[in-house]
Amino acid sequence: MSLSHVIPSKPPLPRGQRDNSALPPTRDDKPGKHLDASAPEPALTGIWVALATIAMMFAAFTSAAVVRQGASNDWEHIALPALLYINTGILILSGIALELARRTYLNGVKHGMPSAKIAVRWLTFSLLSGVAFLVGQIVVWWQLLARSVDFISSPTNSFFYVLTVFHAVHVAGGIGGLVRIWVKMRRFDLKRSTLNATCWYWHFMSVLWIYIFVLLIWKF
Amino acid sequence: MQHESALEAREPPVRAIGFVRRYIFSVDHKVIGLQYYALALVAVFVGMALSWLMRIHLVWPNWPIPGLHFLSKTGAPGNVMTPEYYLSLLTMHGTIMVFFVLTNAPFAALGNYFLPLQIGAEDMAFPRLNMLSFWITFLAFCVLMSSFFVSDGPPISGWTAYAPLSAVGSAAGPGQGMGQTLWAISIGIFCVASLLGALNFIATTLDMRTRGMTLMRMPLSTWAWFITSCISLFAFAVLLPTCILLCLDRMADTSFFVPSGLVISDRLQPHSGGSALLWQHLFWFFGHPEVYIAILPAAGIVSHVLINGLRRPLLSHKAIIFSMVAIGFLSYVVWGHHMFVSGMNPTSSLVFSFPTIIITIPAAVLTLTWLGSIYGSRLRLTTASLFALGFISMFVSGGLSGFFLAQPSIDIYLHATYFVVGHFHIVMGVAAIFGVFAGTYFWFPKMTGRMLNEGLGRIHFWGSFVGAYCIFMPFHYLGMAGNVRRYAAFVDDYMAPLMSVHRFITIAALVMGIVQMIFLVNLLYSLWRGPKAPDNPWECTSLEWATSSPPPADNFGGRSPIVYRDPYQYGVDAAGKDFVMQNEPFYAESASIPHLAEAAEAQE
Amino acid sequence: MRKAFALIVVLVAIGSAVPVILHWWPMAPDISADGHLIDQQMASTMVEVGSAFLLAQFLLAYFVYRSADRGTHENIRSIPGGVKLAVFVAVAFVGAELLALGMQGQRAWAIQYFSTPDPNAMTIQAQAGQFAYYFRYPGLDGKLGATHPEKINEGDQNFFGLDLEKDVAARDDVVSAELAIPVNRQIRLLLHTKDVGHSFYVPELRVQQDFVPGLDLMVHFTATKVGKYEIVCTQLCGMGHHSMRAYLRVMPQAEFDDWLKQKASEQ
Repeated sequence: MSLSHVIPSKPPLPRGQRDNSALPPTRDDKPGKHLDASAPEPALTGIWVALATIAMMFAAFTSAAVVRQGASNDWEHIALPALLYINTGILILSGIALELARRTYLNGVKHGMPSAKIAVRWLTFSLLSGVAFLVGQIVVWWQLLARSVDFISSPTNSFFYVLTVFHAVHVAGGIGGLVRIWVKMRRFDLKRSTLNATCWYWHFMSVLWIYIFVLLIWKF
Repeated sequence: MQHESALEAREPPVRAIGFVRRYIFSVDHKVIGLQYYALALVAVFVGMALSWLMRIHLVWPNWPIPGLHFLSKTGAPGNVMTPEYYLSLLTMHGTIMVFFVLTNAPFAALGNYFLPLQIGAEDMAFPRLNMLSFWITFLAFCVLMSSFFVSDGPPISGWTAYAPLSAVGSAAGPGQGMGQTLWAISIGIFCVASLLGALNFIATTLDMRTRGMTLMRMPLSTWAWFITSCISLFAFAVLLPTCILLCLDRMADTSFFVPSGLVISDRLQPHSGGSALLWQHLFWFFGHPEVYIAILPAAGIVSHVLINGLRRPLLSHKAIIFSMVAIGFLSYVVWGHHMFVSGMNPTSSLVFSFPTIIITIPAAVLTLTWLGSIYGSRLRLTTASLFALGFISMFVSGGLSGFFLAQPSIDIYLHATYFVVGHFHIVMGVAAIFGVFAGTYFWFPKMTGRMLNEGLGRIHFWGSFVGAYCIFMPFHYLGMAGNVRRYAAFVDDYMAPLMSVHRFITIAALVMGIVQMIFLVNLLYSLWRGPKAPDNPWECTSLEWATSSPPPADNFGGRSPIVYRDPYQYGVDAAGKDFVMQNEPFYAESASIPHLAEAAEAQE
Repeated sequence: MRKAFALIVVLVAIGSAVPVILHWWPMAPDISADGHLIDQQMASTMVEVGSAFLLAQFLLAYFVYRSADRGTHENIRSIPGGVKLAVFVAVAFVGAELLALGMQGQRAWAIQYFSTPDPNAMTIQAQAGQFAYYFRYPGLDGKLGATHPEKINEGDQNFFGLDLEKDVAARDDVVSAELAIPVNRQIRLLLHTKDVGHSFYVPELRVQQDFVPGLDLMVHFTATKVGKYEIVCTQLCGMGHHSMRAYLRVMPQAEFDDWLKQKASEQ
């Protein structure tokens, strides 16, 4: 055992500053401070990990559906209500509006001209269309139930409701996140990482919905 | 031990919080770690008590156990256990031990306390989420326990809850009504908590490391917790949907897992077309990684403790890390080996047996690296290192018996016998618990500021080590003689000659349980009366020892340590010490060597 | 303490091996035509794994015994070969295991699961239910009648749900609570469960196969020794799981024919 392995080496700084700036900011920090891009963002890492988890849960549901479809010959097709297409459009619009809100806000911050008002307007639009999507989904369930496509009569129906409801629950969580950044953005008290994390989550909800929708068209 | 120059001054945060926020709804990862530990401790003694009742019932079936009818009037009329109540206890023993002990103690409890300390962080990445994880886990435990008190008792379908037995409701037997529903809900809640916890661990490891703490400089225990959190992220993400589907089958009469035409209790069931094997696939996709969720943190803790006892780094730091990563990956492609005789496609069985045997390679690399590192070391046999060595012995025994079960053809004979019970109890139960014991004896001074009694600790170790072999080795012999598991009584003719083995096991289990009481006494006594612990009693190198015992609320007194080197600098000659801490910029000896002193100055 | 540790580990290791070496609790005697393959594989695995077990425990004991807290004056030595040796041994050990046992094991598995049953194998259906087995022989027409779950009625002894009025094939089916089979003749056993999962396990036959609800499976085997053996359930199936068993009676062909005739006349 030689001495060489204990020679003090230069402490490297992986992925940006790793010292105190990595710690969660305290309450009295000014909002502008958090917009420094070099600090690592636990919020972003956290949201990526969360998205991986959600993706895995839907993968589990999907594989369950595929196995169940092959298990016996009671898989029936559902005529999907046209409203689902409209809902899809609404959710995509909501995502675009959120992206515009995010860019406007961050751009304003960068140039020292907080254009929060326009950003908040886009965000409001995004939030409202998110709510509209949820309402639309509820209407879809209601339409289907009226057509007596109930939960238990076939595995197709069961999986249809499981997938859409489980997705809607996550969308509802996303709406909670949007409300949170809406409040913070109005106060101009929004951290870049919070904004980005919420945006990633919301965009993922759209991607996830498109995945589910394609699955519904293709398999259901 | 601390070098002021190595620390950067920071304003200590002002904390004026009440008792409730400090000790109950605390966001401090250390308090949360202790809460998890306390929950696991309660759970492990409950689980052990259940195993006592089961063992006593097996060998003295008509022996009244005083007070048992208070626990369940229907399950134990006249204090004598009914077969169905035996199955309830079996289910609860498995569920409590797997979820609330083996997942919580090595991972959530010790990981929560020491992962942020070992990477020099002030707290977890999301402290409030951390608090939420614990309280959700606590809720899951309460829901599970409440099934003891519903009218027909806890479920009887085992911790694996195979559908359709678990999915058709009370028609399938007592406990399959409300009890099984509570079970499914409890496990679903537990999944949510574990997912949140794993997310927090990953974000903390990736983003909260102090300056200089590269990934390869993280101690092996931190690596193990990190890898485990990655595993549990995907494992529990599958179990949660599985539990949801089970709940729907039970409550909404859907047919995910229940096929058509089942006649249970002379009644045709309303379900149709479900797949019983679907449950097994989904459950074991979670269930096999779960084994590694239990064993990997223990392996990491044992590496950490063992290195400290050996006073030398392991033969290779990277070999351990890569082996653990490999085990993590492989754990996702072996689930089918639980289903060799369950009607799965026989070709799949051969396909699944291949990675199952391959996974032995990283496990053997781990074992041989530990073993080889003991050679020529300066071993200090503290209780902690004894448990670490005991872990290696158990890991070898339990791992090797897995070789039999990994081969589909041998599994035809051994499947669902006591051989399997012996195998997983040694490798997953005893080994993981030995890891927790090693961690407890090692870190107790850091957690409480007091030392545990080493004498009692040794008695505890010898009792547990010999006791575990006396209990679980005979399980293998029983299995080879064809003794089937999960039987409330052995009425079969060919099992009758094996009763003497069962009696031996029961007596060993009772003695082993008493030995665990010594641990409990030691823990409680030392908590109040143990000698005060210095900051670094074991002369360890990692960051958790670079702060006071117990650490202040913000871990490092408002100063983030800076890391200068790999985690295990033992076996060096440094100013009368044989170790250099990770946050020591240089040591006295090197100051006299010109180029080293220069290098050190350049650091400042 | 080092000595005590080494001694106890060695004693525990030897103590664990003794009952296996001395066959204190041996495997059930093999009465099947193909079970010896499993037994051979078990034996060779036991040799390889058993010696690895003893070797690892002895090394652990020896290394602990030899290492000591010698203080800082004595240098730490590393084992010759270091981690490369560890990796090499791991790969070699597992590789040998895979090669040696994999081939052998595949053969044992293939005979059980990939071979098609003999054309003149005798077909019997086994039905598992909470907590009993029933066996059905096709009768003179060689055909098993269709089952109708809604017709199952234990009170009427209609355990399989046969439609005796309309189904001709079902009328001569012989139902028995014990599995009687002729010796040295291959049996093709159809496994069907009426409720939850069960299992068909006869240690002496080296056969274990789950009954999976909604999935009818088949095993085939040939018993080579006359005698009475137990069929036990190994898949947790509810409160009476431990009491769920039936007898397997292996008889000479002539005796079996008489038995079947007598059973048929009883129904």
